[in-house]
Amino acid sequence: MDAILAQVFTGISAGAVLLLIALGLTLTFGQMGVINMAHGEFIMAGAYTAFVVSTITAGTELSLLIALPVGFLIGGLLGLALEASVLRWMYARPLDTLLVTYGVGLVLQQVARDVFGAPAKEVPAPDWLDGSIPILGYDFPLTRLFIILLAAGCVAALLAVLRFTALGREIRATVGNRDLAETLGISTRRTDRATFFIGSGLAGVAGVALTLLGSTGPNLGTSYIVQAFLVVVVGGIGHLKGTIVAALGIGLLQAFLAHALTGSVAQVIVFLAIVAFLQLRPQGILSVRTRSLA
Amino acid sequence: MRTKISSRLLAASSVLALGMTATACGGAKTGDTASSESCLDTSGDTVKIGFLNSLSGTMAISETTVFKSLSMAAEEINADGGVLGKKLEIVSEDGQSEPTVFAEKATKLIQDDCVAAVFGGWTSSSRKAMLPVFEGNDSLLFYPVQYEGLESSDNIFYTGATTNQQIIPALDFLKQEKKIESIFLVGSDYVFPRTANKIIKQYAAANGIEVLGEEYQPLGSTDFGTVVDKVKAAGADAVFNTLNGDSNVAFFKEYKGKGLTADAMPVLSVSIAEEEVPGVGVGNLEGQYTAWNYYQTIDSETNKEFVTDFKAANGAKAVTSDPMEAAYTSLHLWKGMVEKADSFEVADVVDAADGVTYDAPEGTVEVDGENHHLAKTALIGQVNGEGLIDTVWSSEKPIEPDPFLKSYDWWKN
Repeated sequence: MDAILAQVFTGISAGAVLLLIALGLTLTFGQMGVINMAHGEFIMAGAYTAFVVSTITAGTELSLLIALPVGFLIGGLLGLALEASVLRWMYARPLDTLLVTYGVGLVLQQVARDVFGAPAKEVPAPDWLDGSIPILGYDFPLTRLFIILLAAGCVAALLAVLRFTALGREIRATVGNRDLAETLGISTRRTDRATFFIGSGLAGVAGVALTLLGSTGPNLGTSYIVQAFLVVVVGGIGHLKGTIVAALGIGLLQAFLAHALTGSVAQVIVFLAIVAFLQLRPQGILSVRTRSLA
Repeated sequence: MRTKISSRLLAASSVLALGMTATACGGAKTGDTASSESCLDTSGDTVKIGFLNSLSGTMAISETTVFKSLSMAAEEINADGGVLGKKLEIVSEDGQSEPTVFAEKATKLIQDDCVAAVFGGWTSSSRKAMLPVFEGNDSLLFYPVQYEGLESSDNIFYTGATTNQQIIPALDFLKQEKKIESIFLVGSDYVFPRTANKIIKQYAAANGIEVLGEEYQPLGSTDFGTVVDKVKAAGADAVFNTLNGDSNVAFFKEYKGKGLTADAMPVLSVSIAEEEVPGVGVGNLEGQYTAWNYYQTIDSETNKEFVTDFKAANGAKAVTSDPMEAAYTSLHLWKGMVEKADSFEVADVVDAADGVTYDAPEGTVEVDGENHHLAKTALIGQVNGEGLIDTVWSSEKPIEPDPFLKSYDWWKN
């Protein structure tokens, strides 16, 4: 029973990490059909933002909370720059965007290496996230709890924006039917840009959060980008609820398999399970006739 | 209908995208083995040597520092009059963290640049990829990193530790000093940890230590929730850690987060040196153990000079570590061999290698002409509050290299 409980917690926290890294991708990949391989490097940029903020604030207790919005901004601005300089010329050419953004990702990695140096940087976790709290007899690390809450907060905020704001309505309208949205006076260019800003900004937030778990180095993004795409594809492209279900599902499956077997074998089985699942349901867990978000 | 097709296309192309990032590690290409006479030219005032390190890609984090210490050694040798009166001319190539690139660049260095010897390589896969190139061209490689042993090529000099100079002394330390009766093995899933753990399990069986668990995570994995849960539940006396790279950060953060401490359950790591400590976080590592043959804190005149010079060249924050020191030493050892042979020819250098010594920062090392490894002193260290590593235990004298563990009767490959 204890073991099961432990794996449920581990799985949920792993799922929350997957959700955070995939959330932004759901927007950019889902709505705009842009396969942004540089999404991982936007995550990396968020992590370095956390490092810079913690250096500037000299490790005060609030540096993490300051880094979250700054990371969103940095990620978003990088996304805007990518959209304005490269991607706008190649909408509707997904394979081209894949290659171009892969290259952009490599460039960003090298920039990070030149600016911050090759060795990984440490971002100290604030004292109030030090240690663990017992939940039902299981020592739950506070950093993991924080990430679960952050993921939940990001999902709630994104849902609220999509549902209740003018921008959200425009995004949904553009996803639903781009031509019709334009005839109704919506600037789909502007909507695209805003969507890319939010999606990339969420990558920045994920990067800030990931400094609590792992290292901050130039290769941070590459270790997460594959998982992020998996989650989005399994969840059903462009479907927010599907992404949530997929992230938690993969996290839990991975945790239980890793417990019963070993980490490497678990990963292989998870990949096989995903391949098998996509054979049966190529459209992902949830599918809609129009690619809507909420 | 349109949406359906495009989402299929997206799914297909994203699978392609996954493939692109996942197939980073291809099989090693056998180098150009068309053996040709060495085109080494020693008629001028200079002699060319090659540095082959990953200055880009995932291994750049470690190999850039090796490149820096090699450069420092070359500058010192040149300032001191060079080798046999000839200044060293460095040809540097980027291995790009890809074994195949290492093989290609090694071929280029040997056949096009006509270098006298090549210094570099880090991962075992890069070394395995270069091995046929150096054997086929009858050229020399100096490899500066501790590795899994079980190899001995006439064309490679191994200046890092083999297993009986690092892993076995580490186990001796845990058994004799920490009096452990049980151990848990955690490693990245590739050749070094798998081989190391094979040795550890046989040592444990012969020495009455119980192995309570053995966990591997894919290279680069940062998800250690389940692994640390298993470690904690098993309750071993110590953890032997062969994780590599970024995984260490995630592992130690999770370890501390779940309330495990160096006092209650010490972790002994064989891939964490001074360079990696700041990335993992001093707070997460303080009190934990490492096994190497060199630490920045070694109290000797030679080492103090080495550290001072390195900081002068690379900034006050730069730290020195075992692989850097082994690389630095490798260039000086090559100089010693060439001068003893009074020739740059590979065959002469190899013949002269046996017994060549160098007063290295780690202490005096001596080349074993038989297996091309060095006699080295094993040092167990403990991470201190400043992020440096203090020696807490050392072997009585330099340990003779035994890459195939022939002198250990419990070892069965």
